[in-house]
Amino acid sequence: MARFTETVLVTGLNATDNPGPGVAVAQSLRDDPDFGGRIIGLAYDMLDPGHFLPDLFDASYLIPYPSGGREALFDRLAYIQEREHAGVLLPNLDSELPALMGQEAALGALGLRTFLPSRAQFDQRNKDRLGELRDKFGIPVPRSVNLVEVEGVYALHKLFPFPMVIKSPFYGATIVHNTDEAVHAFWSAAAQWGYPVIAQAYVEGEEVNVTALGDGRGGMVGAVAMKKMLLTDKGKGWAGVTIRDRGLLSLSEELLRVLSWRGPCEIEVRRDRQGAFHLLEINPRMPAWVDLCFGAGQNIPLATARLAAGEAVTSLPDYRVGAAFVRVSTNTLLTIEELETLSSAGERHGRRTS
Amino acid sequence: MELDLAISPSGFVFDPRTGATFSANPAARLLLEGMQEGEGLAALVARLQAHFEVGEADDLERDVLEFLRVLQDETLVPAERELEG
Amino acid sequence: MSEKPRYERPSLQRHRSGAMNKMGSFPGLRSKGQIDGVAVGELVERYGSPVFVFSQRTLEDRIRTLRDAMRLRWPRVQLAWSYKTNYLDAICQIHHREGSWAEVVSGMEYERAMRNGVPTSQIVFNGPYKDDASLERALVGQSMVNLDHYDELAAAERIAERLGLRPKVGIRLNMSAGSTPRWSRFGFNLDSGQAWDAVRRLLGGGKLDLAGIHCHLGTFVLDLDAYREAAGKLAAFANRLRDELGVKLDWLDVGGGFASQSRLKSQYLPGEQATPPLSRYAEAVADGLRGLNTPPSEMPLLILETGRALVDDAGTLITTVVANKRLPDGRRAVVVDAGVNTLFTSFWYQHQIHPAVPLHGTPEPTVIYGPLCMNIDVVADSLLFPPVEVGTHLLVGPVGAYNIPQSMQFIFLRPPAVLISPRGEHGLIRRAEVLEDLVSLDRVPDWLRGE
Repeated sequence: MARFTETVLVTGLNATDNPGPGVAVAQSLRDDPDFGGRIIGLAYDMLDPGHFLPDLFDASYLIPYPSGGREALFDRLAYIQEREHAGVLLPNLDSELPALMGQEAALGALGLRTFLPSRAQFDQRNKDRLGELRDKFGIPVPRSVNLVEVEGVYALHKLFPFPMVIKSPFYGATIVHNTDEAVHAFWSAAAQWGYPVIAQAYVEGEEVNVTALGDGRGGMVGAVAMKKMLLTDKGKGWAGVTIRDRGLLSLSEELLRVLSWRGPCEIEVRRDRQGAFHLLEINPRMPAWVDLCFGAGQNIPLATARLAAGEAVTSLPDYRVGAAFVRVSTNTLLTIEELETLSSAGERHGRRTS
Repeated sequence: MELDLAISPSGFVFDPRTGATFSANPAARLLLEGMQEGEGLAALVARLQAHFEVGEADDLERDVLEFLRVLQDETLVPAERELEG
Repeated sequence: MSEKPRYERPSLQRHRSGAMNKMGSFPGLRSKGQIDGVAVGELVERYGSPVFVFSQRTLEDRIRTLRDAMRLRWPRVQLAWSYKTNYLDAICQIHHREGSWAEVVSGMEYERAMRNGVPTSQIVFNGPYKDDASLERALVGQSMVNLDHYDELAAAERIAERLGLRPKVGIRLNMSAGSTPRWSRFGFNLDSGQAWDAVRRLLGGGKLDLAGIHCHLGTFVLDLDAYREAAGKLAAFANRLRDELGVKLDWLDVGGGFASQSRLKSQYLPGEQATPPLSRYAEAVADGLRGLNTPPSEMPLLILETGRALVDDAGTLITTVVANKRLPDGRRAVVVDAGVNTLFTSFWYQHQIHPAVPLHGTPEPTVIYGPLCMNIDVVADSLLFPPVEVGTHLLVGPVGAYNIPQSMQFIFLRPPAVLISPRGEHGLIRRAEVLEDLVSLDRVPDWLRGE
């Protein structure tokens, strides 16, 4: 394929201990000889680590939080586009998508293109609606029930055995072993995140993850499966290795087919002791380990950028099994002046190309 | 008044004692600079008048005194400190 | 000589993790100098401040959008304007001009609908308390009365017997649906079988005909599945009525509850991103009703009682800054001339607040207080807002739903309301209250007169 030379906007520069994917996305673009464009980082906090990686980013800008609304975001994007003239936007955080999905015209007016799911696809993968995938399409999703009142908790034991998982559609999950614990978990999830609260059958086994890219017409452009080798105390992968399992990849393919998923996603799956797979979550974006895909032979960030730009990418080459990553946490030294630049101007310029 | 702060022309303020950083708008930066030079209330008001187009509704004296409270809340100046004059 | 920069009050913002971003991280950064092409200054000069301003164009657009979206998916659709959401005559009449019927929940509202020219047969009468006189008037007038409980059922039977009528009535159902908290206090419960018992009781009485079923899930329901599920349960109930009892329904009423573009206090994303468009609500209702097993010639009328989602976004309140303060905790405070007496919805919603003129300067954590001498009078807490001068007009929205009927004359009189036509004309649709409006109701008994 021809070299890709568009300027790309990349969000999610929070490569902290609960990392956003932006730095891994930028790394995959930068390290690919087929990429000849500029990379502009978009961040929410002036201390987001991505600001301080001048080997990766040509410039970075602060942007308003998603809670600030579309108007504020598009005003800021217009400002950035006057300076950067980027052609593609790769949003990497779940909370950014509602402001961007279905906004092709407004983004196009700024010269930006994306490759995102539709709102209906995005909603279909909400945790409180995953059960529909099981009921409608036979996707193996652990049995679950949405609760809006605590009464329902007392009847849970009739549905599936303890232990079970109590979680909110947004964040966090608690494994509970009896009704008392379930009631407690119900109230704390409801207090923090509201309703519904989801109770789900617990599947014992190993978690495996897939990064996949759907073409929006039911096809799978690429997919890489990974097993986490080391977890942080937040359950985030600290090290991982690519694996191959035909069942896992065909489950991913089936999922993308029934959803007609458009764009990248991360599929979280548990393999039980019998070797069967159970779908836990679909994240509507690339994961923070997406640079492993590139390392294994599938540059999913670049393929996403190409699809956004309107290029035809039908399928990525097979990937290498046994490619591994470990996240290296190091400190970068700064001067107070570098902080001042971001604080005062809200932007930073200049790439190091030694 | 003792005010050991690093203040940049862009309004970035660094407190070397605590490591806290702040953003100051132009009026706040001007007042911090004046306080570092030991100016009292009248001088600080005059400093603002010299640099800005001030409207009739503006009450500079009140704004300076309120700003001093902000600095005290941020523990940049001791709570008991009052401006002179 | 160069111009000196305009003075802005000193502001010092500590950098905190998660808040080191001054890049417009709040909605309403943009100024809005006009409403539907009419300058805010002109409106205030003519009508004073505070003032409610309604956009006829937005209101009509919303009504037509919902009606058309529903008609695309269901053959017989009727909107019934929820009077309690906003019962200004002009607002109600815009709905009726667009073909909407009336949905009322008290005798007073019923009379308001009548004086707006709505035929009694086009009034839906809901609510947990319908006094005997109002109930009788509605039954005689062949309104669509949805019964809420057994005592009301008995009252309707007494009236029918006394007058020698055999009125058609509906019953209200409640149920669990989707992830919306259950409103179980209104109507008969479907899931427990109570609703079925009520139907058998109603038919067994032999004095009333069952012609409709109604449910109303809740308010500001963002969960489309709740409507899909509720409509599905209504359809299944209607099928059972038909199959087992031979009841053919004239109407199926799915109530209201659709969300506006407003934003609950607990809500992270603004309404523009969190609220489904009206077309998707319509789609969810139609999806749910798909299971209805009725020949095309006997299709019941689908009634929607949408209130908030139609009128909320059409209403703005213009208010004016009257004072600036600094609170002991360092936050800035702004006092405006309209508080929770006027904006009752500020208790639950984070309204958008746009200045009428562009504001410069660093946004700071700011509280916006109303004018009441009451601690609870907070219009907006913890807002990031730039410095704002006394006299600046602020536009608060969306506030078209519930604020007019729920505002009160506590400490201040109620403000006027203005309508802007699609052609840009504007005029009062409620004049400002004067003291006489209030004191004319007061009476001083004889024993307090004299010496």
